[in-house]
Amino acid sequence: MSADAPTTDQPVATHGGLFSTAEPSSDRTHPVLSARGLVKTFGRVVGLDGVDLDLFPGEVLAVIGDNGAGKSTLIKCLTGALVPDSGEIRLDGQLVHFKRPQDARDAGIETVYQQLAVIPALDIASNLYLAREERRPGPLGSVFRMLDKKGMKERAGQAVQDLGIQTIQNMGQAVETLSGGQRQAVAVSRAAAFGGKVVILDEPTAALGVKEGNQVLEMIRQLRDRGLGIILISHNMPHVWDVADRIHIQRLGGRAGVITPSSHSMTDGVAVMTGAMRLED
Amino acid sequence: MTTTQSAAAEFARRQQSPLQRVQHLLHGYPWLSPLLILVIAFVAFTAMNSRFATPSSLGLLLQQTAVVAALAIGQTLIILTAGIDLSVGAITILSMMVMATLAKDGGMNGIVALLIGLLLAVGAGLLNGLLVTRLALPPFIVTLGTLSIFTAIALLYSGGSSIQADHLPSILNFLGEGFGPRGGFRLTWGVIAVAVMYAVVGFALSQTAWGRHVYAVGDDRESARLSGVGTQRVLLTVYTVAGLIYGLAAWVLIGRSGAATPNAIVDANLNSITAVVIGGTSLFGGRGRLVGTLIGALIVQSLQFGLSLAGIDQQFRVLATGVLVIVAVSVDQWIRKVKA
Repeated sequence: MSADAPTTDQPVATHGGLFSTAEPSSDRTHPVLSARGLVKTFGRVVGLDGVDLDLFPGEVLAVIGDNGAGKSTLIKCLTGALVPDSGEIRLDGQLVHFKRPQDARDAGIETVYQQLAVIPALDIASNLYLAREERRPGPLGSVFRMLDKKGMKERAGQAVQDLGIQTIQNMGQAVETLSGGQRQAVAVSRAAAFGGKVVILDEPTAALGVKEGNQVLEMIRQLRDRGLGIILISHNMPHVWDVADRIHIQRLGGRAGVITPSSHSMTDGVAVMTGAMRLED
Repeated sequence: MTTTQSAAAEFARRQQSPLQRVQHLLHGYPWLSPLLILVIAFVAFTAMNSRFATPSSLGLLLQQTAVVAALAIGQTLIILTAGIDLSVGAITILSMMVMATLAKDGGMNGIVALLIGLLLAVGAGLLNGLLVTRLALPPFIVTLGTLSIFTAIALLYSGGSSIQADHLPSILNFLGEGFGPRGGFRLTWGVIAVAVMYAVVGFALSQTAWGRHVYAVGDDRESARLSGVGTQRVLLTVYTVAGLIYGLAAWVLIGRSGAATPNAIVDANLNSITAVVIGGTSLFGGRGRLVGTLIGALIVQSLQFGLSLAGIDQQFRVLATGVLVIVAVSVDQWIRKVKA
C-alpha cells in the first residue's frame, strides 16, 4: 500500500501530526505552559483579574471553580479563543501571543471544548483532520489540491485505536450518528493525535454516563503518561480528585490557590472554591 | 466477542423498517430522490407528448437549463454555508449589460469587455461576502439590499434597453454557437461551459480541503472556527467564486437569448434556489451535493418544458414548481431526523 510517490510537499500537516511521537521535554521541573497576571474584561465585567497558572509536563492540572469564577475565560485565553487584555503566556519558557485558536494549535496546544467543536455532517476521519487535511502526494495533491481521503481515514482509525476506544469502528460514519460518549471520544482522539505539548479539556465528562465518563478519565491518564501536560476543567469533584495531580482553584476571577488531592479533601476544595476557607501560602 | 457483535448487528438490522432503510439511503445519497423525480418526469412527459424525448427537444432542454443550472452552482455554494443569495439575477444582469454596452457596435474589444464584465461580477460577489463577513449581516438581508442596488445600476447604466446580438462582437455571442443540429440535437458551447463549471466546482467541493471547510462552516460555524477553520476566509471565497460563476452565466445568457436584455431572467433568483432545494441541498447549510443541484435544475426546466409541450397553462407550471419545492423541503426535514 506504500505507493512510493514523492512526498516532498506534504502541505497542510501542521505541528505535531498524527503519530509524530510528540516528545515533550522530560524536564518536569520547568512548566510547559505558564501564565502570569492574565487580565480579561468584558466591558465592565471582569472575567480574569490577574491570574497565574503553571502546568508541568506529564501532569494533570485540574481547574475548578464556581460558575463565573473565570474558568472558561482562563482556558479561552490559553487556547487563543480570546486575547487577554494584559499578562503573559509562556510555552516552554517562550513568550507566546495567540490571536486565534489556530495559533495555539500550531504551537502544540490542543483543546477539547465543552461544545466539542465537531461537525455533525462530516464523518469521523474528516473531523479528526478538520483544518489540517493532508493532500495526496505528487501533482494530484500539489496542483489539484486533492485530499488523501484514504490515508487520513486509515491514520484516523489508528489514532482512535491507540486510545483504546472500541466503540468507534467505522471512520466513514457521520458524527451526527454517534452517541454523546462517542462524540467525546472523537474530540479527545483529535486532541490526542495532534497535541504536541498540552491538551486542554473543558468539562469532558459533563454530558456522559458513568461508564463513558470513566473511559474519558482513562484516556486522560494515557495522555499524561505520554508526557503531555493536561489541563482538566471540571465540576465533577470525584473525577477531579481521581485523576488530577494538582488542582488550581479559581475564584472571583483570580487564583485562590493550588492544592493536591492528597493534601486537601474534596470538602476543603469546595470550601476554598466558595470562599468558606482560605489557603495560606 | 464476535457473537455479541453479530447479535448487536442483527438487532440493529431488525430495528429498521423498510421506510427507515429508505430514509438511511436518502441520508447517505441525498441526490437519489431528485434523480427519481427527474426520471418519473421524463417518463411522464414522454407519455404525454411524443415530441418530448426527441433529440431536438433534449438539445433545447439543455440550452434552456444551462443558465439556471450555472446560477444554481453559485447558489449551492452559498446555501451550503447556510446563507442564501437573492442577488444572483441582479449580478448576472449587471454583468451582462456592462459587457454588452461596452462592446456594443465595436465600442470596445469584445474580450476586454467580457473580462470587465466578469471582474465586475467577481467584485459584486466579493461585496456580498464582505458585508456578510465584516459587518456580520445575515446573507438574506445583504443580498436583498444588493439585489436592488445591482438591478438599479444595471438599468441606469444600460438605459433600460436591450442590445441585439448583431450589435455585439462574436466573442460575446460565442457560447450560443455550437455543434449540429445532428439528428435534430444541437449542443452549444454554453452547455459545454456549464458542464465544465459543474465538474470543476464539484471537484473542489468533494476533493479539496476548501470544499470540506465549506460544509463545516455551513453545518456549525462556531465548531468549525474552534477547529481551526478560517471561517471568514471560507465565506469570502464562497461569495466571490459565486460572483465569478454569475459572470460566466451572464456570458452563457447572451449566447442563449441572442441579446442582452435588462429584464431577462426575472425568475432567476427563485429558479436557482428551487433547483438547489429540489436537488437535496439543505437550506440550513452543511448538507447537499452539487450533482443534486444539476438534477434539480433539470427538473425545474423539464417541468416547464414538458408541461408547455403538453399544452398546459403557464400558471399550472408555476404551481407545479411550487408544490415540488415544498415536497423537496419536507423530504429534507424527514431525512435529517435519521437515527444511527
